[in-house]
Amino acid sequence: MAFDYQRYIRGGKLPHIWCPGCTYGTVFKSLLRAIDAQKLDRNDIAMVSGIGCASRLPGYVDFNTLHTAHGRALVFATGLKMAKPDKHVLVVSGDGDATAIGGNHFIHACRRNIDMTLLVFNNYTYGMTGGQYSPTTPYGLSASTMPYGNVDFAFDIPSLARGAGATFVARGTAYHVPALDRLIVAAMRHKGFSVVEIMNACPTAFGKRNKFKSPTDLLLWMKESFVPVEAFEKLPPEKTQGKLPMGILHSREGAPEFCEAYFAMVERLKEKEGTGKP
Amino acid sequence: MSRARLLQGNEACAEGALYAGCGFFAGYPITPSTEVAEHMAKKLPKRGGVFLQMEDEIAAMAAVIGGSLAGCKAFTATSGPGFSLKQENLGFAMLTEVPCVVVNVMRGGPSTGVPTGPGQSDIMQCRWGTHGDHPSICLTPAYVQEIFSETVRAFNLSEKYRTPVIVAFDEVVGHMREKIEIPEAGALSVVDRTKPICPPEEYLPYDDSQGDVPPMANFFEGYRYHVTGLNHGPDGFPVNASPRIHTDQLRLLRKVEANRDDIARNVEYRLDDADVAVFAYGICGRSAKAAVDLARAKGIRAGLLRPLTIWPFPEAQVAALSARARAIIVPELSLGQILFEVERCSKGRCRVEGIHRVDGDPIHPAQILARIQEAL
Amino acid sequence: MLKGKQQIVEKYEEWETDKVRIRIIPRYCKGCEICVKLCPTQTLGLELFKAKVVDAGKCVACMYCEMRCPDFAISVEKKEAIQ
Repeated sequence: MAFDYQRYIRGGKLPHIWCPGCTYGTVFKSLLRAIDAQKLDRNDIAMVSGIGCASRLPGYVDFNTLHTAHGRALVFATGLKMAKPDKHVLVVSGDGDATAIGGNHFIHACRRNIDMTLLVFNNYTYGMTGGQYSPTTPYGLSASTMPYGNVDFAFDIPSLARGAGATFVARGTAYHVPALDRLIVAAMRHKGFSVVEIMNACPTAFGKRNKFKSPTDLLLWMKESFVPVEAFEKLPPEKTQGKLPMGILHSREGAPEFCEAYFAMVERLKEKEGTGKP
Repeated sequence: MSRARLLQGNEACAEGALYAGCGFFAGYPITPSTEVAEHMAKKLPKRGGVFLQMEDEIAAMAAVIGGSLAGCKAFTATSGPGFSLKQENLGFAMLTEVPCVVVNVMRGGPSTGVPTGPGQSDIMQCRWGTHGDHPSICLTPAYVQEIFSETVRAFNLSEKYRTPVIVAFDEVVGHMREKIEIPEAGALSVVDRTKPICPPEEYLPYDDSQGDVPPMANFFEGYRYHVTGLNHGPDGFPVNASPRIHTDQLRLLRKVEANRDDIARNVEYRLDDADVAVFAYGICGRSAKAAVDLARAKGIRAGLLRPLTIWPFPEAQVAALSARARAIIVPELSLGQILFEVERCSKGRCRVEGIHRVDGDPIHPAQILARIQEAL
Repeated sequence: MLKGKQQIVEKYEEWETDKVRIRIIPRYCKGCEICVKLCPTQTLGLELFKAKVVDAGKCVACMYCEMRCPDFAISVEKKEAIQ
């Protein structure tokens, strides 16, 4: 039987607002399959977003959903998670939302290793506002605020996340869909801060400006540009030009997790006090 | 039996929060409010509560809103520079109607200003700091005992009206130590948010058909609803270009405006027969009280109107006062901000004069006494 | 879920062969052509900006179209899965 997405989508919300050919819908479906595979209770899931195209995703899902301010999803989510540490907190954020205005919260959430999953929808642009360049726009490409070719330099989000302390770092793409399902499941199952950068296609604000005539051209560019990390590491240096690894790029199990460490301290205090008062 | 303690203002604020049932604090170090955070860092873990020091004040404000949505009574404490950083998320809490408390221990401003000196020049920011039309409740205690009770009241008002409440007191009041009676549990009323009684599938988080303050479900309790900073309909989903936005904005303001008698608290001291009145809050209120006594000792009929609730502004009380007093003197640790509100409400019925001091020291009673005498 | 679980039944077009059943929901399809271009057997085509099956016989039920459709507009079911 075909997968029944309707079980997870709030009634009457489709068709969604994303442009024709925007792959956010594809990633959205992958996310729903990943959540379904874990048999989670919808009451136990919170999805938090900032501002931007990706931030509209929580509006469609039948979970506890919170659409916050630009760049601030992670810290709203930290409040939710600390208040209810046994619940699943999922954060969706665009490349600008997560690494430009939200950059400070991004590195601190990684450092803190708090148990939540951040999906960074990287479409290389600020789509909602019409195609300005972002901290991930490739050097030399065009954007409405870099009309003569981008002369700014891009983050590599997985390296940023790993350097800041995230204990699960992966990269998926909207083309390699079955692999994406597995990555999201692995990220959500990991105890600690999980970051999944998901390469996405924005035909309207990014593709058209950069000679991608159709959404499919963007998807095919993804197909060519991303190589499973195991194969990528075997490639000779000259072959890795213009290519990036995807899959699970870093995973450290058993690292102390922030909520666990905090509430272990609470327990220690309770035993010491012997009061056991809530 | 209440417990007598010698407490610093900032500590009394933390104790007031705990008394009100607060189980969540998120903050960031900043003079002169850090002691609030330090006190919570000691007390909350012992009660199974959440203490979070975040990477900046923006994050602290966001975490407080997240904590409150998950069912905790949550607050943060800061000072001028941090208060400026929190404005966007403060506005988010106002529009999404999430109860929370923001404590602003005011110092000399603007910019880095006088971190260890008192200030009252943030007071308009407590009213209009964030963008857009929005309600504002701001309480202004002047004594350590009042910091305790006003913090409890702040939580109660935020839970009752589903809106953020600001508690603003200056550095002197925040750092001074005074004897305080900590009431026993139950002595002061503690209010919790109204929860929905309808089944989850019928719940509308912003339905105002039963009244201006919709019941609030907590996240993760079966009421899977949507919260967004976009203007939204009764079901919480975004609406744009709809009459609903206008009526909803009016409702947000009405929650405060229509409940002034429940929200407003003022202290009137020897005001009934006063020829010259002083309008002052915080540390200036204490100096003014001393000045009034000094004036009375000299046979001058002076009195003090000291708001405990500066927003919503006590318009009616000031209007009535302006009709019977010859002059209202407004001492402020700023170059005049509340002065404009007093002038607005006096409508020229009496002289309104400000005393302004921003050199890092409080205004002394003698300064106020001198102006009372000149006003005769 | 709000106001009870609304079981949305969208109007769909259906093509069926002995191997597969394909359904397309015109209201959801935005004509992005991803399915048309990525279908390995040219089973699909675009008519008035809506995806359509042009030759159901060519479909080998590889599910590429359903996998990559961003708009929940197309679903493919292998026949033995349907019995």
